Amino acid sequence: MSIDAPVKATPEPRKITTKPRVSDQIFRAVVTAFSFSALLILSLIAIFLLIKGFTTLKEQGFGFITNFEWSVTQDEAGKDVTHFGLQAMLIGTVVISIVALAIAVPLSVLTALFLTFYAPEGIKKFLVTLVDLMAAFPSILYGLWGFFVLMPMAEYWAKLIHKWLGWIYIFDVPDPVYSRSPFIAGIVLSVMIIPIITSVSREVFSQTPLDRVQAAYALGATKWGMIRAVVLPFGAGGVVGGSMLGLGRAFGETVAVFSVLNIVFRTNVQILFTQGGNVASMIIQKWGEAGPAEVSALMAAGLVLFILTLIVNFFANYVVTKTVKSGR
Amino acid sequence: MPTTLVKPIKPWAPSRTDRALTTLSVLLSIFTSFLIVAITPMKGKLAYFALFFVAWFVIDSLFVIRKKGAKGVRDGLAEKVTLLGAVIVSMAVLSILWATASRGIKGINFAFLTQNMREASLFDPIGKGGILHAIIGTLMLIAIAIFFSVPMGILTALYLTEIKGRAAGLIQFLVQAMSGVPSVVAGLFIYAAIILNTPLRSSAFLGGLALTILMVPTVTRTAQEVLNLVPRDLREAGLAMGATQWKTVALVVVPAARSGLITATILGVARIAGETAPLLFTVGVFDSYNFNPFKGDQGTIPTVVWGGLMGGTPESVQRAWSAIFVLLVVVLIMFVLARTLGSKSQKKQK
Repeated sequence: MSIDAPVKATPEPRKITTKPRVSDQIFRAVVTAFSFSALLILSLIAIFLLIKGFTTLKEQGFGFITNFEWSVTQDEAGKDVTHFGLQAMLIGTVVISIVALAIAVPLSVLTALFLTFYAPEGIKKFLVTLVDLMAAFPSILYGLWGFFVLMPMAEYWAKLIHKWLGWIYIFDVPDPVYSRSPFIAGIVLSVMIIPIITSVSREVFSQTPLDRVQAAYALGATKWGMIRAVVLPFGAGGVVGGSMLGLGRAFGETVAVFSVLNIVFRTNVQILFTQGGNVASMIIQKWGEAGPAEVSALMAAGLVLFILTLIVNFFANYVVTKTVKSGR
Repeated sequence: MPTTLVKPIKPWAPSRTDRALTTLSVLLSIFTSFLIVAITPMKGKLAYFALFFVAWFVIDSLFVIRKKGAKGVRDGLAEKVTLLGAVIVSMAVLSILWATASRGIKGINFAFLTQNMREASLFDPIGKGGILHAIIGTLMLIAIAIFFSVPMGILTALYLTEIKGRAAGLIQFLVQAMSGVPSVVAGLFIYAAIILNTPLRSSAFLGGLALTILMVPTVTRTAQEVLNLVPRDLREAGLAMGATQWKTVALVVVPAARSGLITATILGVARIAGETAPLLFTVGVFDSYNFNPFKGDQGTIPTVVWGGLMGGTPESVQRAWSAIFVLLVVVLIMFVLARTLGSKSQKKQK
């Protein structure tokens, strides 16, 4: 017996796959490719500065970091004799940055505490806008302001400090010339990095776990007692990270420091005296009259600066991310 | 029996006596600081400022100590010191704004905004020559930087928020590292890579490339924050309707974050508009119009300010203040624009 009725063919089951469509594959490929532009740019910077600065690094060797002489002279045969050493500039950069941090960190932490815990709503909004605005000011504006507005005032402060604290070595001066000193450059830098440190600290402070805050209040703590027992221990890491972000900015700042600093190739840690060093500003200063050999040296200096800021920023971001995560 | 409403009490709120005492202590300390300055050799704004805070602390402590003891005094001290910090910081900002406005406005006139410096030098009296060429040059640089950095920044942000590939951690780290690249290094890099190796010489195009390096991290980070604010539901709804990921991103996610992405661009522009150091290596200086972005030096506002500052005469310094005033006004407008757009897009999402 045969069955004439046609057998109903069961349709093939639809293929279910997680393989993305062609359009999606293209989309993903393009986006991924672009996202590696950061890697590309950073490595290109390192590679090109290394290539162009290589002759100097090879000639000067480790002395490029430890010598403090910077000169191109000609010997009897008319051959260039070059001495390139960054020591004075590196130490100068560190000195200025320390001055900047010493002023900016306390002010920023106090401002962040005021904004988070004390300020009434209206004042808070106004101040937050002001601080954010500060971050958007062009650096040349800080230079101009530092030279014409701040310097006359800061010279007076420097005289006061020298009068009362002159017996400490770093506040002493060989000659009573107080303008264009690392101290003034440090103040300008501190104003520039205050917005960075303040906003990072504010973010960390505002993430203090609420239960701990309330617990402190419930135990009868005053506001300051609560801040000291809960907020500061919790936020310390964030403040450190924010300060290091500021430090990174301070290392790399060029124009503002150049306007208010007298750059001299001599190691000097007497911060009130009109003599200082700064790698980034030195590059600008020497650029105009630089011959090929010196350009190579400046490229090498740029490389040193680049690596320095990368390291500082790396640690800063690591610390900040860790602290912010621990609050959640 | 009529129900009586219990009036809520707020024992922590300052009572009328507290407020009166605060006002009294502030007034008293203003008086004291004036008195001390008058009868001792100390003088100057600094003395008033310092003495006021010291006097305020002492007088306020006397009021507090009876009611709250030593703890209350410490609490009051903390409050005043944080206030002091905030006051110093805002004084610095206001001083910068005031100096720019009061000094810059003097040199602003019609010629300053509509002429170039071809016929005039930095040292001529104000009223001769202007910075229109520099304004055009700066706009050109900004346009070039936007052209490169906005696609780069937004696509990188899309990778971090939409694709979340294996390299997301690395990319995030690199973007943060990039935001710390000193501006002088960006200029040196373009000089080393392009001017020393190719026939291209300094031009607005190369300056735009240097500024791109500085602008990409800002755009990326802000765009990433904005894209993270777009609700997951929207993405899931798009996918559930059968759209591919590409369609979902292009037709749902990006339009939803549009105003935020504009904010990201504006913030990036504000970051680079005043950069000076890289321009000295890559753009040079020029005193007249140059409409070819690929060839020839270009005048820009930051380099005009720089030249004025280095010039050192009263006229050149006046030009520097006026030029920075123009730049600051532009930055302020962009800042306000970014804020309003940003708060609007945040409200929409809530």
